[in-house]
Amino acid sequence: MTDVTVFGNPAVPTKGKSLLALDERTRRRNNAEARFRLMGKIAVAIGIVALIGLLLSILSNGLSSFQQTYITLNVNLDAAVLDKAGDRKPENIAKVSTFGYAPLIEKALRDAMAQKGIAVDGMNAKAAAELISKEAPADLRRFVLADPSVIGQTHSFDLLAAGRIDGYYKGRVTMESAKLDRNTSPEQLMLADKLKEAGILTTRFNWSFFTAPDASDTRPEAAGLGIAVIGSAYMMLIVFVLSLPIGVAASIYLEEFAPQNRFTDLIEVNISNLAAVPSIVFGILGLAVLINFFGLPQSAPVVGGLVLTLMTLPTIIIATRAALKAVPPSIRDAALGVGASKMQSIFHHVLPLAMPGILTGTIIGLARALGETAPLLLIGMVAFVREYPAGPPDGFFDPASALPVQVYNWTQRGDPAFVERASGAIIVLLVFLILMNLVAIILRRRFERRW
Amino acid sequence: MMNNISTTMTTTPTKAPAMNEPKISARNVQVYYGEKHAIKDVNIDIRPRSVTAFIGPSGCGKSTFLRCINRMNDTIANCRVEGNISIDSENIYDPKVDPVQLRAKVGMVFQKPNPFPKSIYENVAYGPRIHGLARKKSELDDIVSSALQKAGLWGEVKDRLDSPGTGLSGGQQQRLCIARAVAVSPEVILMDEPCSALDPIATAKVEELIHELRENFTIVIVTHSMQQAARVSQRTAMFHLGNLVEENDTDKMFTNPDDQRTQDYIMGRFG
Repeated sequence: MTDVTVFGNPAVPTKGKSLLALDERTRRRNNAEARFRLMGKIAVAIGIVALIGLLLSILSNGLSSFQQTYITLNVNLDAAVLDKAGDRKPENIAKVSTFGYAPLIEKALRDAMAQKGIAVDGMNAKAAAELISKEAPADLRRFVLADPSVIGQTHSFDLLAAGRIDGYYKGRVTMESAKLDRNTSPEQLMLADKLKEAGILTTRFNWSFFTAPDASDTRPEAAGLGIAVIGSAYMMLIVFVLSLPIGVAASIYLEEFAPQNRFTDLIEVNISNLAAVPSIVFGILGLAVLINFFGLPQSAPVVGGLVLTLMTLPTIIIATRAALKAVPPSIRDAALGVGASKMQSIFHHVLPLAMPGILTGTIIGLARALGETAPLLLIGMVAFVREYPAGPPDGFFDPASALPVQVYNWTQRGDPAFVERASGAIIVLLVFLILMNLVAIILRRRFERRW
Repeated sequence: MMNNISTTMTTTPTKAPAMNEPKISARNVQVYYGEKHAIKDVNIDIRPRSVTAFIGPSGCGKSTFLRCINRMNDTIANCRVEGNISIDSENIYDPKVDPVQLRAKVGMVFQKPNPFPKSIYENVAYGPRIHGLARKKSELDDIVSSALQKAGLWGEVKDRLDSPGTGLSGGQQQRLCIARAVAVSPEVILMDEPCSALDPIATAKVEELIHELRENFTIVIVTHSMQQAARVSQRTAMFHLGNLVEENDTDKMFTNPDDQRTQDYIMGRFG
């Protein structure tokens, strides 16, 4: 690329030549530079186009998951149905299953339609009730069980619309597709339009997407990221708390104290190799050692956190060692020169200067761990979890999911509504990653400001 | 504590050896970097409260020898020192000697000004703080101001002790480094080409400072500038290829050296 010497080309005397005329050699060098610049620009453009394409496809698929269609009904929590004994005892109320609640919702919908004078020809009450999610009776039941005193009252509820109806307002379901779909019918969609006109059916921001647990295949409208977010947060906490001190301590020892011999060389090579080990191998390790040998529970954030810690450690160690190496030796000399011990010189002077690099490496490692899926599949975090884990530290041992695993899980489901949910989860994951990188940048700036 | 500082900083009649007794004496010192024999059988006596200059061409071992005096070479992995260097008749390479304690007694100023990336105050206060020289903030303040005064920097920085040490000019930074070394109240100060990164005006200030510090400290300075050696030192030692060629009074060294190689080097015939 850069021709340093050209053989067989005798030195051209520059004496007497005009500076205004470009000689052959200069022209060729300038052309080479122009070509290189052009290639660089093309490479950058390809990268930007790929990034924009990726973001656009995810956003176009996933943004709609932040909207949800609700049907607002006044439901009479009939005491005759919900509490036949009439004594309001929680154990008796709990005997009424969701099948007991469904008729209440059907009746409320019927009443609302009659009140507004809405009717669609050739449609029975059962088909009309299918507009409402199968999750709605369960939500109602949870509401009643939480506070049995509401029995006998009439409350206004925002009930989830069924996945197909929700899809109709997001453009996923059309009249044509509904004709072929045995899960919905054009009549139901027409009814939905009428309910919308009457203000009973509304579409608004979907908070429950961030808080609700996962839902079964037939209820995509109820599926949320709540447990995945908690699981990921617990794992990140474990990874951060374990890998930062272990990684930094190991790097400081290796970089500053360890004797230079074959054994340390071996350790160094192995740490670099560990960074390149496929992540699924760490999953097998977690399964074999942590779950089978130590008997830790499956699907638990503690196992995921430990596995991801092992995976993140090499990244942190390599970044920390690079940051320590980058601190000028003159600072160490200065500290030693005034009689600081080696440890004082490192902890008072070298480490603070290396901190931006260490934090950046740690956060990059954490971000990688946050997006890691493969090892978590092996330790059982793909499990279908509906129960929220307890608060830390007990919750570390409760089953949970993780954001990337939830994405993977949803893409495996049949209902196209889950594609939207998966893309929405990817957006959430990306937002978390961007936030983490922002934190890295802010911390970097803050530490660097201390000259 | 405070008494301790003032006694070491001013005269200590009981402890200070007489003028004819050496502060530092080296016997049969050999230094190896792995296989390389960097210092060959050096014997030298350095007088107290005087400035001794080490001169010689690049790579002659003068800096290496200087760094042996406060055992900074310990930090270099494959460096090996043999022989005997003693300060006040105590062998500093004795296994019982902790180099950290030694370096509090033998301060060092480096070639390139290397203030800590902290405030001016913190730069000077760091040494006294880690050695526990001050019990109260006011004592520490006194040590800092007295060290900065000794380094001739007080007037320039007294209003901005909180501003970063790295924000000073090169010459000021080097004097800050000298203040930092002085603040620990060492007995010996080693200077490794302290003016090589400075302009002539800053150099003149540092040289003047060395002149004043001589009253309280034993100073050993490595320099590439023969003029500087002639200006600041009382004794000069000439190194060549790891050997100590000649050690003499500076006046004699630059007018009528005993060794032909010294003569050649001073006349600029090699080096």
